[in-house]
Amino acid sequence: MKQTVRRSKMAAPGAQVSPDEPGDAENGRGGSGGYFDHSLRLPSGEIFRNLANAKRFAIDIGGSLTKLAYYATVQHKVARVHSSKHSKAECLYEISEQQEESTRLHFVRFENAFVEACLDFVKGHLGGPDAPTLIKATGGGAHKYKELIEKKLGLRVDKEDELECLIKGCNFLLRNIPHEAFSYCKRSTPRFRFQNTHPDIFPYLLVSVGSGVSVIKVESEESYERIGGSSIGGGTFWGLGALLTHTKNFDDLLALAAAGQHTPVDMLVRDIYGGNYGVGGLSGGIIASSFGKGATAQDGFEAEDMAKSLLHMISNNVGQLASLYAKLHSLHTVYFGGFFIREHPATMHSISFGINYWSKGEVQALFLRHEGYLGAIGAFLKGAKEDEPDQYSWGENYAGSSGLMSTSPELFPVARSRSGTFDMLEMDRLARLVPLPLLRDPQDYVPDSHDLAQDLPACHYWLSCFADSLPGVARRAVASQSQSPDAARRGELFRKKFGEKLQILRQQPCAFGSLTVRSLLDTREHCQNEFHFPDPYCKVKQQENEAALRCYQAVVRGLDSLSWRERQLGLVRGLLAGNVFDWGAKAVTDVLESDPEFGFEEAKQQLQERPWLVDDYDVWLKRLQGSPHHCALIFVDNSGADIVLGVLPFVRELLSHGTEVILAANSGPALNDVTSGELSILTARVAEMDPRICSALSNDQLVVVQSGSSSPCLDLSRLDEALVTEVENRKVDLLLIEGMGRAVHTNLRATFLCDILKVAVLKNAWLAQRLGGQLYSVVFKYEPS
Amino acid sequence: MQPEPGPSSPCSRASLPNGVCHCLGQRLQGTMGCEPAEGDDTPVTELVDGEVGAPSQPDRPHIARKQDSLRKNRPAFPWFGLDIGGTLVKLAYFEPKDITAEEEEEEVESLRSIRHYLTSNVAYGSTGVRDVHLEMRDLCLSGRLGTLHCIRFPTADMPRFLAMGRDKRFSSLHTALCATGGGAYKFEQDFRQMADLKLRKLDELDCLIRGLLYIESVGFNGAAECYYFADASDPECCHKEPCNLSDPYPLLLVNIGSGVSILAVYSPDNYKRVTGTSLGGGTFLGLCCLLTGCDSFEEALRLAEHGDSTRVDKLVRDIYGGDYDRFGLPGSTVASSFGHMMCKERRSEIRPEDLARATLITITNNIGSIARMCALNETGCGTSSRMRQGSSPLLREPPDGGWGWMVVAACFVLMVCTRAVTRCEAR
Repeated sequence: MKQTVRRSKMAAPGAQVSPDEPGDAENGRGGSGGYFDHSLRLPSGEIFRNLANAKRFAIDIGGSLTKLAYYATVQHKVARVHSSKHSKAECLYEISEQQEESTRLHFVRFENAFVEACLDFVKGHLGGPDAPTLIKATGGGAHKYKELIEKKLGLRVDKEDELECLIKGCNFLLRNIPHEAFSYCKRSTPRFRFQNTHPDIFPYLLVSVGSGVSVIKVESEESYERIGGSSIGGGTFWGLGALLTHTKNFDDLLALAAAGQHTPVDMLVRDIYGGNYGVGGLSGGIIASSFGKGATAQDGFEAEDMAKSLLHMISNNVGQLASLYAKLHSLHTVYFGGFFIREHPATMHSISFGINYWSKGEVQALFLRHEGYLGAIGAFLKGAKEDEPDQYSWGENYAGSSGLMSTSPELFPVARSRSGTFDMLEMDRLARLVPLPLLRDPQDYVPDSHDLAQDLPACHYWLSCFADSLPGVARRAVASQSQSPDAARRGELFRKKFGEKLQILRQQPCAFGSLTVRSLLDTREHCQNEFHFPDPYCKVKQQENEAALRCYQAVVRGLDSLSWRERQLGLVRGLLAGNVFDWGAKAVTDVLESDPEFGFEEAKQQLQERPWLVDDYDVWLKRLQGSPHHCALIFVDNSGADIVLGVLPFVRELLSHGTEVILAANSGPALNDVTSGELSILTARVAEMDPRICSALSNDQLVVVQSGSSSPCLDLSRLDEALVTEVENRKVDLLLIEGMGRAVHTNLRATFLCDILKVAVLKNAWLAQRLGGQLYSVVFKYEPS
Repeated sequence: MQPEPGPSSPCSRASLPNGVCHCLGQRLQGTMGCEPAEGDDTPVTELVDGEVGAPSQPDRPHIARKQDSLRKNRPAFPWFGLDIGGTLVKLAYFEPKDITAEEEEEEVESLRSIRHYLTSNVAYGSTGVRDVHLEMRDLCLSGRLGTLHCIRFPTADMPRFLAMGRDKRFSSLHTALCATGGGAYKFEQDFRQMADLKLRKLDELDCLIRGLLYIESVGFNGAAECYYFADASDPECCHKEPCNLSDPYPLLLVNIGSGVSILAVYSPDNYKRVTGTSLGGGTFLGLCCLLTGCDSFEEALRLAEHGDSTRVDKLVRDIYGGDYDRFGLPGSTVASSFGHMMCKERRSEIRPEDLARATLITITNNIGSIARMCALNETGCGTSSRMRQGSSPLLREPPDGGWGWMVVAACFVLMVCTRAVTRCEAR
């Protein structure tokens, strides 16, 4: 029998593995179970970060991969603003950088071969008083490695049921991580289609394809049932594959399969019929009998072809069983997890094909970006009940997460050489975030206007745009901390880190879910925070705010001198002119950096004349002539002229009609967007100059609330609970979303249950052109409820 | 060359007649002899099921009349049915035993030669086999009394079969050969060009059902054709029981050939192909050949008889040390087929017998599991499916080592737990 076995080049550059040892037992790669090759090098500061502050541990040891989870506090700098003691001083407010503690969940995935080395590393970096005494463990290997873990870490091992952990982890991810689930279609662009996060995730079918297959019906957090399974799973692929091809490890088998053809091995319908089986409705290409040519093959088969046939056989069978179970229990959502899938395209394709074929399209196969971590997350949650993780919302930290297919050497040579076979996921604890009750269609709400992965020119443009602006962004970040001796070094690290993320996204646009302008902006913010640049624009914002405050009274006086009708247009033009001052737009930063005199009046000159690109002004004016709104919710954008000279006069007019106003500003800094802290100070300062603002603030007609976001864009399905309470209590009937990030990149197509104004100036020529306009075109979109 | 299962084992006994079913089905539907010349639209006469012996039939004159008319319309000999599958060709041949001297006299030389060749041998060439234990005797078909012979040979030998047909001047009998299976389509041209034979093609699933119903109605040499394994989960007590198909509908028919087709049959003419799986007999044979170096179905089964699959498969107890109580899985349940083969030492110690055994169990368990799901899906949670014993299939204990029940009413594999098949076969 001829058996060609190609050794694939899969040895991890960052973490060298010894050749197959005798006794490689259950390891995915050739390394040995109890033996460690000391050539493992952990890139410092990138893997097992933040161990000194680790509070709780959990570990999930599978047949080939180990997932370590820990919960740690993160010290990071935040910029805080304080109202200046002397109100007449030049300084509007003082900025101080403070250490603040937040909470982060770290997950690291590595091969079982490195368990011992990793445990040693962890032990060596554990911190002091808060260090845990217990570790939650799950997975098939928990039993096998129990003693080793206890010996190495000195922690008591507390085992948790595997399937329970899997389900808990799955629920947690589905609820907290946007774009966690996706469908895979080999023939579409992009191949990944991410699902919206729904508050309602049940019921669903979870098919865990580990060594064997378990099919679990999950109806709620507490109620689930293992309704079936199959013994033909990943272990069968691995075991049979090793027997047939003499290829010892799982990833090598997958690589073989990727290079093979199944047709020489399988008996197809056309091998029996000579073509299609018309009466039975089977096309000739359908596999009639897996390995059906095995008996008549004179010379055996190529190893690649057998691996491919095996992969098809097993994934098709899994897909068929899943569709049968889904049908029997009337479920349409089926998530697949387990090491067999491991983000492998051919496996996902084959399972999707199987499900689609057998359910006639009624059931969709969904995969999870972080399926490898389900067990570890579940085990962690079991041990962290007193921290009440369910009481919070969590967000993926893009800076510290590897992204989809991070360990695929073909896709990510860069990432791989950096971190070897290690894959990471980090989640930050956020305030409890809830959807805006004003959304007309909360189930189908998608914040982002554009999925860049579906639009290659757009994808290319924005990735280049972010790459081009990176040196300038890094420079400004460093400049914002001129007093710090290591700012330049950190700036360089930030530049490198974000540059790598862009590189990854170029090769795999779906690495972190749907690729959008929002995800790019957020990734950049996360990377900046990572290197302690919490607020690179704090000084710029301070100066702009001060300058704008000096003009406030003149602007208001000017507006007050106009007739009602003229004033309404003036207010809107002011809102628009203010919105030009955006440090997130390269066209604007170029102007602002070269022309220090560029001010509010100059900005007005830049604006497009009416009719605007989107011009609902007349409808808006007509609405204003009617009865005033009861309460307006305004999502504000930039600092300086935007908020002080654009938004506040507009607010002032609303207040004068008796309308209540909620100003929603970012909780944390992003670009030069005004934060709720800054906004509180600004409104207080304006109140000193303006009795109308003053009385509104004192009688609660005007409030400033934090949005819960630290992004230049806006996801209305994840807002601070306190803001939503205000919205509900005050019966908001007018929503104003301002700025390109919040009203164009996101929410442009969102519909609401109340009157909505979306106002933005297009400060990006490419985007303006896409929308049919040009630089400084105006979007003034008004939609009555 | 991998002929069908050998005559010795109950397991093979259970699966072989599938092919016979096909052949019979198409025989009954079509005709063997005197196919009108091309372009002629004369309706084709059909063979009619007769009564075997029928000594107790009171209505003699009626039968006589009927047989009279049959004689006029029945096709000329030879009566053949051919089922050309992916792996095996199954040939059903009706040998008339009531030939009169006069008839023998008239019989053309080529016809006589075929009859003698087929009936006087049990092996043809190196790969053709007549399964003597399967022949149906004293069968009355279209008014003739005779024996139905079951002959098989590998599909790979089709060229040799065609050459024989040419040498024995089959075409001189003006016969359109009734054929079913995929090969009826694939080899149609070859039949025409190499042997000057025209095929009358019939759908294999139609034939399958007709064949099943026919054998069931006439019985198998006085015994019930269908059977199941009672006490399947107890190796000591497991035994075959006849099964009555007098009121069979709805019926789930699992046809395990190279691949597997699963049909829901509501009446003789009303059925649908519910699903199928590519993990079938061809997979068992193909994998066994690749894994053990064996080269026939018989050899693969013989190996499987003496193997121990727990050396190959990872059981629940291998992972959990015992039962997996949280989800009610006994320790003896197979958790991962071939799961132990992930380990290099275990691979180096494994015997071909163990591999063959594990392959058989993997394939049969999977078919059982899929069939059970189909039964549940098709017939409202299995209540009217062909379950024997027990009230609800969902409440039943899974057989040792199986993940679920096999609720199967195939033509010969009836309501059996898949493990039981292998167990009985191993006895």
